[in-house]
Amino acid sequence: MGRNISFRDTYRITLAYILLTLGAIVFGLPFFWMLSTSLKPIEDVFLIPIKWIPNPIKWNNYVEALTAVPFGRYFINSTKITLLSIIGHLISCTLAAYGFARIPFKGRDILFFLLLGTMMLPSQVTIIPLFIIFKQLGWVNTHLPLYIPSFFGGAFYIFLLRQYFMTLPTELEEAAIIDGCGYMRIFWDIYLPLSKNALITVVIFSFMGSWNDFFRPLIFINSPDKFTVPLGLAGFRSEMGNYWHYLMAASVVAVIPCILLYFFFQRYFIEGIALTGLKS
Amino acid sequence: MKLLKSKKLRINLIGYGFVLLSVLGIFFFNLGPMISSFYLAFCNYDIITPPKFIGLTNFYSILFNDKIFWRAFVNTVYYVGVSVPLRLFLAFLIAILLNQKIRGMGIYRTIFYLPTVTSGVAMALIWTWVLNPSFGIINMVLNFFGIQGPAWLGDPKWAMPGIILVALWQVGTQVVIFLSGLQNVPIQFYEAAEIDGAGGFKKHLFITIPLISPIFFFNLVIGIIQSFQVFDKVYIMTAGGPANATIVYVMYLYEKAFTWLQMGYGSALAWILFFIIMMLTLLQFRFSKWVYYEGGR
Repeated sequence: MGRNISFRDTYRITLAYILLTLGAIVFGLPFFWMLSTSLKPIEDVFLIPIKWIPNPIKWNNYVEALTAVPFGRYFINSTKITLLSIIGHLISCTLAAYGFARIPFKGRDILFFLLLGTMMLPSQVTIIPLFIIFKQLGWVNTHLPLYIPSFFGGAFYIFLLRQYFMTLPTELEEAAIIDGCGYMRIFWDIYLPLSKNALITVVIFSFMGSWNDFFRPLIFINSPDKFTVPLGLAGFRSEMGNYWHYLMAASVVAVIPCILLYFFFQRYFIEGIALTGLKS
Repeated sequence: MKLLKSKKLRINLIGYGFVLLSVLGIFFFNLGPMISSFYLAFCNYDIITPPKFIGLTNFYSILFNDKIFWRAFVNTVYYVGVSVPLRLFLAFLIAILLNQKIRGMGIYRTIFYLPTVTSGVAMALIWTWVLNPSFGIINMVLNFFGIQGPAWLGDPKWAMPGIILVALWQVGTQVVIFLSGLQNVPIQFYEAAEIDGAGGFKKHLFITIPLISPIFFFNLVIGIIQSFQVFDKVYIMTAGGPANATIVYVMYLYEKAFTWLQMGYGSALAWILFFIIMMLTLLQFRFSKWVYYEGGR
């Protein structure tokens, strides 16, 4: 019996490794191309068939790309906006999601569908009126339009967290209500700690969304000292397309924080939590 | 009676308190732009001169006199209908694979997420290369098996499947959502199933899928909302061609609003799309009995 299981496990693990490695080749390809292009001389960038291993390796592309524009400034701007957005989303979206998931207040469904509705109108037709609103607030060419809205919710994150909260058994809060706990205590002491993985997911997405956002900074920011990293990258593109190797070098640097953050946080996704003290 | 009423009032107030910030957000940042685009849908508006009210003319022209609109609509339905189920299935499969306890998993997980964070330009160039009829990797692989690959983006019949193929690459977000959902499945359930002799496949069919059905539901609803608005990929790869074979809804809307400066017409298009997506979303909620919520509804 014991040997049987271990044979099944070896079989399972080998199969998993084969599938994962095949998948990793397919999914790793774009990034590998980026990396390889970032180390090529410009004349090799568009060679077909693709030259995967750059020869000679031009490490200098990185130095030149990063000194051509004030990337340090862009990094600081992006970091500030991204961190504030994450904090905003964590506060506003968790509260709203709990309200929508667990408190049967009047008009809840209408409000919830109104919230979902904000995702259903293409931004192409809402961006101009939105620009006018920010202009009247005096927020244009500041970072405010890029992070203040995060403190006022976000349909995607609220819907996501609501779904997680609704997977938790209600017995938890029924017991808590009998103990005389208020909704705020239940939210804080039970729902948040049990949804760590959901919160991590929100942090990852909020980070990516903010860090890689190109469209909104492009519309709302015009002074170069307020630029974010994606706007800085666009600079390489506009100049006749002759700087692909620099663009890729800068893109690799820009994507490293995303990769590190994801690598660091994915460790918390482990199979199965043991819900101790719960009905099993 | 009075006591019951005041308790109801209290619950209402607490509820509003929790959702206050996001309701304010809707009023500050969404409702204004939504109302103004709704008004413009009934106007002739070229962005330069003030809008002129023309009633239902835009809607009438779109529905009865606009062949490209119907083309874009059909193409979008095709894209949504094929890509949403495929992506959902692929993302779930990858998430299950990435949820094994084996060494080096962090690296694998990160690699599968890479296309989702890789810069848009790099992705665009890679896509067109992958689908290149003579040098692209897909046709090279097909060639290896003795199959003559299609011209993909150059062929009206194969351009949309090509775009869908690229969309499959970017399932990273859905994978992460599934992966974090899998963590919510209490390990006791699996142990019980193993004692009962359930194998891997049965285990997932009868335990994992019901327990993470709220997450499935989320990915389905969001997947439909987002793929009806597919734009970037198409704009970069084909710009709607060849011969309008890949013109999609928002691509057409964008052309009307910004290339032809028919903002009123574009807004009317946007609101028709809004209506379609909203109806589909409401239907999904209406028929969501298959979604199992541990704590009830």
